[in-house]
Amino acid sequence: MNAVIVARKEIHQAVRNRWVLAATLLLAGLALSLTFLGSAPTGSVGVRALDVVIVSLSSLTIFLIPLIALLISHDAIVGDMERGTMLLLLSYPIARWQVLLGKFLGHLAVLAFATCLGYGLAVAVLMATGSHIDGDSLVAFAAMVGSSVLLGAVFVAIGYLVSALVRDRGTAAGVCIGLWLLLVLIYDMALLGLLALDQGRNISAVALNTMLLFNPTDVYRLFNLTGFANVSTFAGMAGLAQNTSLSARALLAALMLWTLVPLGLATLAFSRREL
Amino acid sequence: MTLTARIADVTKRYGPVTAVSGVSFDLAKGEMVALIGHNGAGKTTLMKLMLGLIRPTRGSIEVLGDNPAAGQFAGRRHLGYLPENVSFDAALTGRETQAFYARLKRESVAKALELLDMVGLDTAALRRVGTYSKGMRQRLGLAQALIGRPQVLLLDEPTTGLDPELRQIFYEVIQRLAAEGTTVLLSSHVLTELEERAGRVIIMNRGVKVADGSIDELRRLARLPTRIRLKVSGLGSSEVPAWLPTSASCRRLNGHIVEIDAAPEQKIELLHRATAEGTSVEDLDVMPPSLDELYAHFLKSTETPR
Repeated sequence: MNAVIVARKEIHQAVRNRWVLAATLLLAGLALSLTFLGSAPTGSVGVRALDVVIVSLSSLTIFLIPLIALLISHDAIVGDMERGTMLLLLSYPIARWQVLLGKFLGHLAVLAFATCLGYGLAVAVLMATGSHIDGDSLVAFAAMVGSSVLLGAVFVAIGYLVSALVRDRGTAAGVCIGLWLLLVLIYDMALLGLLALDQGRNISAVALNTMLLFNPTDVYRLFNLTGFANVSTFAGMAGLAQNTSLSARALLAALMLWTLVPLGLATLAFSRREL
Repeated sequence: MTLTARIADVTKRYGPVTAVSGVSFDLAKGEMVALIGHNGAGKTTLMKLMLGLIRPTRGSIEVLGDNPAAGQFAGRRHLGYLPENVSFDAALTGRETQAFYARLKRESVAKALELLDMVGLDTAALRRVGTYSKGMRQRLGLAQALIGRPQVLLLDEPTTGLDPELRQIFYEVIQRLAAEGTTVLLSSHVLTELEERAGRVIIMNRGVKVADGSIDELRRLARLPTRIRLKVSGLGSSEVPAWLPTSASCRRLNGHIVEIDAAPEQKIELLHRATAEGTSVEDLDVMPPSLDELYAHFLKSTETPR
């Protein structure tokens, strides 16, 4: 109940600060432009339009959703401490884990709203322009939106962990940008370099799968680009899809774990903190 | 006497700095206690310890049946706190902020909003807190601390930034609450303000409690002289009244005013003599040592032995 009160206030603040509006407009704008421009290379003849959109949109999500999530979450704890509002809040009958859970629910709701509305708009426009969309594609699209929200949850939790550990807001922002670069860009490049060097001699498929599980953005990518047969053909991941032994369920579980572990650690760090 | 808070031999260290050292005191229902001491004396640290915002290095604390250091917070429903520099989320209005805090305490939102009128925020309550001045934030801070008739009120420098009128209202409100059984612990620099109101004074110096008692008790302990001012007619410019014992120290303030520093046990006798027949005393003022002087005395007396 306490967590719900805090969540409500966070949503209220996000609406007031136009965070919700900005995030929704950003995601909707990109989804729409990808829907129209994204089909240019494949042409529009005989192509399952929505599957193409899923490929391009999920690639975009990997960059954008973590960034938005970290922007919302990086100063959730340290920022409130610096502004002094945390001092007063914690003098109320509320446990620290309830504060954090409430913030998490609120921030996740904002992110989910923006994602569902922004991406949903793309489907609505495709349907309105008379593209043929079958059931399989719709399921894949829904899975993409759902997993995007989950990816957001992962990075909100990571942002809290950083926020609970560092001394000031500037450091939190710096560390979060570093983490974003690492998980979104550097990790994959390093992995690619490693694979190219190795030439398949030492690194087995299992080892590669494990390494991919250590990065939530890769888990997300695998889930969306290999999980659905008609999508993976467009993604150029059909080969990888045949090799991967990770089921969609295992990948989702990995994303959940990537949310719960940082969130748990953030709660622990926050509970021990003195202010 | 029902205790609402108990601080037992509490020490708090931040690395090499000892913020509070071996402090003990009990707070009873209906007490109004002034916590005084200069900046860094440990007043804010004590309040934070009582709220569980920080944990004591040594010693134990109990507030409304909770051990705040262990994260217990059930009793905080009946606790109001006003931090020294209170701040709120800038995006919300005063009403929304007050409603949020009332919900957290499971108190009626409508009643909590009435408090906004009481502190004079009625029109500003619809504006965002980000637009508030320091004084208005302080008013909102008071309003949230008073939600749900608290049994313990911790007020850290509550009157800074308040105009004299609101200061008056503020003291009326907390005195009424204290009369109804609320324990009020307030820290302040404005000692003259507290003198008439606080039933008990705790003086802190560098993390150590140096005095604790009612103002009368502290006066007795301090043994500071009471100043007696006499208006005497027909006295030469450097003379002192003949009836004055030689042991009493006195000085001439101007033409016909004599000021005597009377030790506590001399006081009555001096007054008898002054008002006896045949003296030319026309007027008389008795000034017991003020809280300011007591504070300075206790600080000095703890500084010298070190």
